[in-house]
Formats: sequence, structure tokens, C-alpha cells
Amino acid sequence: MSSPTPHRASPRFGRRALLSGALGAAATTTLSACGSPLSAGLVGGQLAPGTVQYWNLFGGGDGVRMITMEDVYRKNHGGPSSLEAATFTWGNPYYTKLSLATLANSPPDVAVAHLTRATNLARGGLLSEITDADLALVGLSQSDFSAKPFEKAKTDGKLYALPLDTHPFVLYYNTDVCQKAGLLDSDGLLKPIQGAAEFEAALTAAKKVTGAYGLSVSTIADQATCWRWFTTLYHQQNGATEFFGNGRELTYNQDIAIKTLEYMQSLTIKKELVPTTNDYAGAGTMLFTGKVGFYLEGEWEITTAQSVKDFKFGMTTIPQIFDQPATQGDSHSFVLPKVKHTPEQRKLAMGFVKSMLDQSLTWAKGGHIPSYKPVLDSQQYRDLTPQKYYAGVVDYVTYDSPAWYSGSGSTFENIIGAQIGLVEQGIATPKQGLDAAVAQFKTYVNTADPLA
Amino acid sequence: MSAAPAAPAPAAAIDPSTKTTPARGARRMTRTAWGFLGPFAVFYVLFLIWPVIYMFISSLFNTTLVHRGLGSFAGLANYREMLGKNEFWVSMWNTIYFTLLTVPPLVFIAFVLAVLANRVQRGQWFFRLAFFLPFILPSAAIALIWNYIFTPATGLWPTIQGWFGDTNPQSVLGTPDLAMVGIALTTVWWTIGFNFVLFLAGLQEIPREIYEAAAVDGASAWQQIKSITVPLLGPTTGLVVLLQIIASLKIFDQVYLMTGGGPGISTEVVLQLVTNTAFTDYRVGAASAASVLLFIVILLVTLVREIIERASAKSKREN
Repeated sequence: MSSPTPHRASPRFGRRALLSGALGAAATTTLSACGSPLSAGLVGGQLAPGTVQYWNLFGGGDGVRMITMEDVYRKNHGGPSSLEAATFTWGNPYYTKLSLATLANSPPDVAVAHLTRATNLARGGLLSEITDADLALVGLSQSDFSAKPFEKAKTDGKLYALPLDTHPFVLYYNTDVCQKAGLLDSDGLLKPIQGAAEFEAALTAAKKVTGAYGLSVSTIADQATCWRWFTTLYHQQNGATEFFGNGRELTYNQDIAIKTLEYMQSLTIKKELVPTTNDYAGAGTMLFTGKVGFYLEGEWEITTAQSVKDFKFGMTTIPQIFDQPATQGDSHSFVLPKVKHTPEQRKLAMGFVKSMLDQSLTWAKGGHIPSYKPVLDSQQYRDLTPQKYYAGVVDYVTYDSPAWYSGSGSTFENIIGAQIGLVEQGIATPKQGLDAAVAQFKTYVNTADPLA
Repeated sequence: MSAAPAAPAPAAAIDPSTKTTPARGARRMTRTAWGFLGPFAVFYVLFLIWPVIYMFISSLFNTTLVHRGLGSFAGLANYREMLGKNEFWVSMWNTIYFTLLTVPPLVFIAFVLAVLANRVQRGQWFFRLAFFLPFILPSAAIALIWNYIFTPATGLWPTIQGWFGDTNPQSVLGTPDLAMVGIALTTVWWTIGFNFVLFLAGLQEIPREIYEAAAVDGASAWQQIKSITVPLLGPTTGLVVLLQIIASLKIFDQVYLMTGGGPGISTEVVLQLVTNTAFTDYRVGAASAASVLLFIVILLVTLVREIIERASAKSKREN
């Protein structure tokens, strides 16, 4: 990056054309790598063409694991300058930045997006389609991906994202507490729980051991978790419909939604099996310190749980409390924001994605269920515990109902999650909570879809 | 900060030695003036006037961020949506509440500090610098500093509360009723320097002789402030109040950086609603409508102040 003046950019094109035949990609990369940010900005070129720019939203244990994977990429692809990775605040702030950068024609080469959000980015014309030819560039093919997330990665029949994982909402349990409560089998695993009666009996047994509560789930300042727990229970019931029809009308089943909220409130207020006020960190701490026997959160909290000294725990699917199994989930995926790429840059970007997929086992150790079949079907993944006890849930994970304002960390989750939290805390009745959320959705349902 | 009043020099502007007729000279001067104004005018029209016009136009359309053009015609639907939305009124009230919390202290304390600094004989530069320094810091730095101060349990603020016996104080930025007060406090500390400098400049324009004459007549320091400083600072005070109200109504940075509008939407302000609507929801049209509504509020406030100003000036003349 030594070239100080923008006008040096123009002769470079001529030189590049001359060299491209003989010297190929390597020469182009070195030549253009000396472009200054100013010249890159003025001619709309790449900031540093030899480098993959990569944005993600991973914090906590996921963040640490992702950095490990990035370092492996750097080691295999020519040192520190081969990758420029940036991490932004999870949720809406991240997607806002990604959208604006793409609209301003200077997006990263590769970005992470939840599949529930990638569809909206694609509909807004912010992503470039990933063709079979792109996949073939780095030796990938459609059959390398697990079917359900791969289907979800398509928008209007075209592929816009490559799923890295599926991350369901799961049940954690404190082994010591559950042992004392007689809830474990001879292998030290949680005995299967089926139906509301068994579920509550297990919670009550755990509560007797802890002397405090049976299960913890965060209820304040954490709209996403409130929504995950609600939608899991909601979709376990026969007749539960998608929340939105095409984003343009509310199609949720009101009776089931009310019944679900009543059930959630009965666990906190009437039966006092679940504490009413817990934030994200607080709910986890209750499990780690033995104040509860069970804890509900996405599988990524495995990293936190493992880092607690002398703490023994297990993980499994959310029990089937009502008519059918269901659990909330989403998938992290890689997307290629729309920008003019040379074939070399395209290949570089795809190469980075491939490198991340190859390291799916590292990622899976953080709890996530890989989407990349060669890893998913490997013996090494099948042997991972406690991951193997919930890996099968991929087939019935429910993604958020599609709408331009929905998806992980979206406006939709923020609105309804806040109300669910109030219901769980006993501040609002189930009907009040639902009505308040629905009143806010009406604005969104009635406004023209900005992405259409 | 020059305290000297600008000397008017109308005669010097026309060179009497040129033999051109007054009309032609004036025309040439106009051309020269436009030449000087041109570069600025281009930017002014391109980056200020046109965006404002575009805001009015797009507020009537379903304009989106991701597609070119204005989109379909929406009529007044965007305005109806905003005016019928609880979130809009909450954020409008939060904006006004912030203005009410910040304008009085930012005017009054700045005035007191300026009067005090103006009386310092030696080392006045130190006080001028000390009070003005926070203002030159970027909002991101300010937000970091005060987020540290307000950190629950371990921050400076809860520590001081602990000294006074409150061992488990509520988190300032985490409690809906307190969060805006915390942001207001931060803002007062940050921006007081600007008003302070305006007041100080105004103070230094008041001729010393008046104070000397008052002192000879036996007026106390307090009487001097009340009867000389305050009335003669009238125009400066008017300017400071107006600039401060407008600046406070345009609050965004501190809220965005310190609380992100939370807890819930208890500190969300109008400009944040505008940003969220335009850039997160991709709805430039609806965001424009919210901007126009804020524009109208600022316009009304300015008008009200102007009317009060004129009425008081009139009553003064009649007395």
C-alpha cells in the first residue's frame, strides 16, 4: 500500500492487461496490492485485492472459536495479510452495517448471515448468487450440504448463502442436581421426558434438590431467548401456524399462542419452577452454580459451561411437552455481498468459505451442528459428546416465519420477545402481551415491503 | 476567540479611483461575489438544500434504501403511520425530555462559569481551556468515558454512591427512569464549553467603564451582574438558548452510543427512530416523514422563541 496518488491507478490497468496472460493471478495480486485506500475508493476498486475481507457477528465462545479458524486460514494462505476479519455487534446493528456497506459498493468479500436474514438481504438485491460454477471453483457441490439448511439458503429458487451450521435451542442439565433428583439413567444421561406432566415432575424433582428452582431461562433484557422458548412451545402443538403469511398478514393461531403464553407464565408465577427475573448471563449462572437443574438456551453456551471449573453438565433436545417435537433454531451461513469481483477475487472468497467449512469440526465443538456433510457424517463428529445427543433435531428445527422484518435479532423478535418477557415476569397477562405485540406488527404488516 | 467587535467599513469597499459608472461597478462586484460564493453555493445546494427537498418528496413515497427511484406513491400514509405509532410519540417525548433536561443547565451553568472565568485576573487561559476541552472530544470518546463512570457496581458513579451509604445503587443507564438523566449529565459535561465560550466572548464586549462607573456608585458585585451583565448579555443569551434548544432536539450520538435507545425504548430519540427506519428497515420514505415531523417541531420551537423575544423587546420599549 505505498502508492500515494490516485492517478497511478490508471496506468496500472494497462499493465495489468499485459501481464495477465503470462503471469496470471499472482502478478495481479501483488500489483494491485499496492493500491492505496484513496485510489481504491476513487476507482471503486478493492481495498487490498490479495486479501479476503470477512465480516461476522460472533461474540463469546463463538468469537474465540472463529478467530482460531481464521488463524488456520491465515497460516495456510500466506500469512497475516491474507485475511482481514472484523466482528460487529450481533443483531440489527450488524445487518444494518452490512447492508449500507453493500449499497455503498464497498462490502466485505465474505460475510456471515443467519439464514433467516440472508433471504431478506438477497431480496434486497444485496447478495450475489452462488452458482454451481462458484461451488465447483473450490471443489464443492450441492450434495455437500445437509438438506434442510441448504433448502433454506435458497431465495426464489436461487442459492444465496452457504450454511455453516444449524443452531437449535436446547436443554442443558446439571448432572449433579439431576443425579440427586433421580432423573438420570445408568449411563449418567437424562432419562427421556415426554409430555407436560413428566416435564413438570422433572422440574419439581430438581427444585427439591436445589432448594431454589427447577429450570432457568432468561426473561429480561433478552428478547431473542424469550422468543426462542415461546416459538418452541408454540410449534409443539397441533394446529400451530406460521406467524406471518408472506409477511403481509398475521396468520398465527391465537388460541395456541395464548395457551403457550399461559403455560410459560404458569411455570414462573403459579408453579414457581422457573425464576421470573433472569437476564442472559444470570440464567446460565443459575445452572452452573446448582441453583437449578435445567437451563434453556442455544447450544453455543456449551463453551461457557465447559469453562466453569468442576461443573458437570449434559445437553439434549427440548423435551416434547405437547403434541409433536419442535424446537427453534437458525443457521449461520456465508454470503457474498454484491460487488464487482474479478474471477480471482471470486475464487479467493469461495476459497475462504471452503476453508471455514473444512474446519466445521472446530465449529461443532462450540455446540453447532455442522451443515457440511463430510464433517457431519464423519466419525469424529458422531463421537462428540454431548453434541451427539441433540444432533438429530436438525430435521425438525423451526426457523422464524419469513417477513422483511423477521429473523434472528430482528425487529420482529425484539417486539414480541419484549412482550413474552413481560408475561413470564407476570407484569402482563398473556392476552395483554400478545395484543401489545400484535398491535405493533400491524404497522409492519400494513406497510409496503421495502424489499419487494 | 476574538473579543473585538467587527468594525464596519462600508466606505473602503468601493474604490473611488475607478472610472466605471456605479451601475457597472456594482455588476462587476456582484459577479466577483458570485465567484467567491460559487464553490460554497454548489456544496450548499448539493448537500443541504437538495437533501431537504428530497426529504419532503420522499416522505410522500414508499422510497426504499435498496431500490433505485422513489418507489410507489404513498400519499400521507407515512405520516399517518408515524403519528399513529406509539414508538414515534415515545421517541418524540424522549427528545423533548432530553431538551428540557439539558437546556437550562447548559445555559445557566455556562453563564456562571463564564462570569467566574471572566473575573479571573491571572491564568484565565487555564479555565477557558479546562471548560472548553471536553467539547473538542468526539462523541465516541465521551460515551466510553461515561459508560465507564456509570458501570454498574464497579464504576466511579456507583462507587461514590457507595461512600454515601447506598451500597446497591440502581444502574444509571440500565434503569428506564434514570438512563436519560445519565445521558443528559454526560451531555452537560461534554458541551458546556461551547456555550461558555459564547458567553465569555459576550462578556468581554461589555465595556469595562460601565462596571467601573457602577463600582464608583457603590454597586455590589451581585448588583453589577444583575443590572449590567445580564441585560447587556441579552443578545448572546438569546443566541445560546436558541442554538442549545436546536442542538438538544437533534440528540443522537450519545444515546446511540451509550444505551442504544434502551432499556427497551426508554431513551430512544427521534433521530434514532429515523436511523432505524431508514437503514435497518430500509424504509427511507417513512424515515423522511419522521424527519419532516421533527423539522416541524424544531421550526415551531424557533418560532415560539422568536415571538417571545419580540414581545419582550416590545414591552421593554413601551416601558
